[in-house]
Amino acid sequence: MKYLDEYRDAPAAEKLLRQIKTVVGRPWVIMEVCGSQTHTLLRYGIDQMLPEEITLVHGPGCPVCVTPVEAIDQAVALAGRPDVIFVSYGDMLRVPGTEKDLLSVKAEGGDVRMVYSPLDAVRLARENPGRKVIFFAIGFETTAPANAMAVSLAHRQGLDNFFVLTSHVLVPPAVDLIAASPDNQVQGFLAPGHVCTVTGYREYETIARERRVPIVVTGFEPLDLLQGILMLVTQLEEGRHEVENQYTRSVRRKGNRRAQAIMTEVFEVVDHKWRGIGLIPRSGLRLREAYARFDAARVFGLQGIACQEAEVCISGLVLQGVKKPPECPAFGTDCTPEHPLGAPMVSSEGACAAYHAYRRQETTDFQNDEGRASARQSRRQPEGWPSVVKDAGERVG
Amino acid sequence: MMTEFTCPIPLAEYPRVLLAHGGGGRLTQHLIEKMLYPSFENPLLVPLHDGAVLPPDGGRLAFTTDSYVVQPLFFPGGDIGRLSVHGTANDLAMCGARPLFISCGLILEEGLPMEDLWRVIVSIREAAAEAGVQVVTGDTKVVDKGKGDGVFINTSGIGALLPGLDVGPHRLRPGDEIVVSGPIGLHGIAIMALREGIDLETEIRSDTASVYPLVEALATAGLDVHMLRDPTRGGVSSALNEMAKRSGVGVVLDEEALPIPAEVEAVCEILGLDPLYVANEGNFLALVAEGQGTRALETIRRHPLGARAALVGRVTAGHPGVVVMRTKIGGQRVVDMMSGEQLPRIC
Amino acid sequence: MCLGIPGEVLSMEEDAQGLRKGRVSFGGVVREVSLDLVPEARVGDYVVVHVGFAISVIDAEEAQSVFQLLQELEEAAL
Repeated sequence: MKYLDEYRDAPAAEKLLRQIKTVVGRPWVIMEVCGSQTHTLLRYGIDQMLPEEITLVHGPGCPVCVTPVEAIDQAVALAGRPDVIFVSYGDMLRVPGTEKDLLSVKAEGGDVRMVYSPLDAVRLARENPGRKVIFFAIGFETTAPANAMAVSLAHRQGLDNFFVLTSHVLVPPAVDLIAASPDNQVQGFLAPGHVCTVTGYREYETIARERRVPIVVTGFEPLDLLQGILMLVTQLEEGRHEVENQYTRSVRRKGNRRAQAIMTEVFEVVDHKWRGIGLIPRSGLRLREAYARFDAARVFGLQGIACQEAEVCISGLVLQGVKKPPECPAFGTDCTPEHPLGAPMVSSEGACAAYHAYRRQETTDFQNDEGRASARQSRRQPEGWPSVVKDAGERVG
Repeated sequence: MMTEFTCPIPLAEYPRVLLAHGGGGRLTQHLIEKMLYPSFENPLLVPLHDGAVLPPDGGRLAFTTDSYVVQPLFFPGGDIGRLSVHGTANDLAMCGARPLFISCGLILEEGLPMEDLWRVIVSIREAAAEAGVQVVTGDTKVVDKGKGDGVFINTSGIGALLPGLDVGPHRLRPGDEIVVSGPIGLHGIAIMALREGIDLETEIRSDTASVYPLVEALATAGLDVHMLRDPTRGGVSSALNEMAKRSGVGVVLDEEALPIPAEVEAVCEILGLDPLYVANEGNFLALVAEGQGTRALETIRRHPLGARAALVGRVTAGHPGVVVMRTKIGGQRVVDMMSGEQLPRIC
Repeated sequence: MCLGIPGEVLSMEEDAQGLRKGRVSFGGVVREVSLDLVPEARVGDYVVVHVGFAISVIDAEEAQSVFQLLQELEEAAL
């Protein structure tokens, strides 16, 4: 596939890694903000290939993980109603609320459906005039324009049975919170490339300047991440703290004006509670008054749902990059993808799920060493590697 | 596969399956005598008799059972009928046995279009001929409308063990080499694409087929085959993980070597799926003794069904119970057991 | 966040509601995509698609930047 395959080229990756090793002179702690970036790093094993000096911390860029428990509970309550078709992206279906998740509601007879695009939800509303179609509109700025377009479309089509339950979050306030925190260890950030495709990166310039941290807007394929890390480490070694753009094929400094316009038309900025982190001022989106009739929370009067997080879950610390998943006492034991205690274990983007899927070996070493060994110490090549590579030379062309 | 003959049950009279068709009375007899028995006619199938009496066989037997509940019933490359025959025949092949006889238990939903039932029966007949098996006994039940998904099928199968093959988890050894007999991900993606209404320039067809000829070829070539496994639900990952855990060995995979068709990759990218977890129905994994991988590969590749076979990994003593993959760019990651259904991601 | 997949715009049209849509090919898999957010997109362009919406047109020249960098590194090493 064009514009994907060439960014997964092994020799090119090797060259970039060598260059990173050449440039790096001291230990650095860097954070990749976006969950999709975490996914690529772990799925290709890139974090283990980086020089020892670089410590990668996984950021809160997983909208599924940071959706507050209240929102899940509201979704569960609505999805259980007989007059409702509850529509959601796949990722949200297994995120645990206080009592249950949306898949359980489906198993109990709720009409819960999965879509790939918010326009599918609008279509469902058109095709089912007798039912209330409620769309779980979550996401960062990447998804907000699409969700806004869906609301706008429903408005233009005069639909009275389409609603959105929103939990939209904005990235820059979260990055700023992390950078400003007194305990912050992160020295540089890889900013999310698709969020910035929509928003541009001017807001990050303020953060870089005020918090004195370099930020590189980065894509999602292996070569993107390696180039982004190279650019970031170069800045760190040179003592600069600017915003640079690695993902130039998709990101412009001003972003996508059209997308920004539709977002502003439909949404307004509000304070928002992030699961595991808490309230971050002006970090969320809500439907404007003009579109209030589409807002499920306002229309269905969902207040006062008591909600609770599992006490042992340290997802907040993981999301802020303070702890790594294997350091959680419940990791892999009480908390697994089959019975997750918190969102980062459910979402395929979540740091905990990614670690569990791709890194379980390290976990065992972690727990064996009474939690004192760092993940990197236990990093080693499994037996038989070189032979596989050799035999693979016999592979069918 | 095309419906060669028109449906033997007069559709004007019975356009849909009724509860009475499963009741055991006249309509049941009608269905069996007009549609089922003639479709599977063979010396061992005695209509309206409770069971089949099979000829004695000198060697050991393999016995398997599987139920089929696929939705939609009809998809590019096959349907539930075809699947139910090849799936069970392949399970027998995975035991190292030549598939011989199958039973066919049908659970039909009241209201199922008779034409659809006929298409399924024709598919079963054609698939049985392809797989070299005889349908020797069966059963038909009908459940109330809303209590079934159109058609559920259970097939149980009996096969004769090939001499010279002793396969099973007990035989896995570090050093064993892993061959996959054909491209990965076609069946699951064919179903997904249809269900999600994904337009494909080149239609992706399920790879449902009988793999026994390839297994026979390996036995005839005198190869030391330790384990055979068809990666159906849960894909290649589940098959290898189960093996690794059961036998207490590790598995090492080479991502670059995996034969994944471009269309499967593309659909997986779009939907956010991992091909290693996608179901297959026309290929299998063969684990052979160290040093025999290349010969096994060549043997399989001589057969048209094995044209895209590949050597994809090996068994190791390290990291028992865990499957590790060397990634395309030279890194490594664990290929974990799937939890729940694979949910497409947007993130 | 963000599964954004690059695809080639094969055709474009306006639907009954005046919304711009296109048929986009992702390595041979063709899907209908909303082009409303990229008014500058043309047939033959590659776009990044997220949840059924194109969010940017890929700049073919900029796409070469990492390969140019690799070239430079190669030359510097010689």
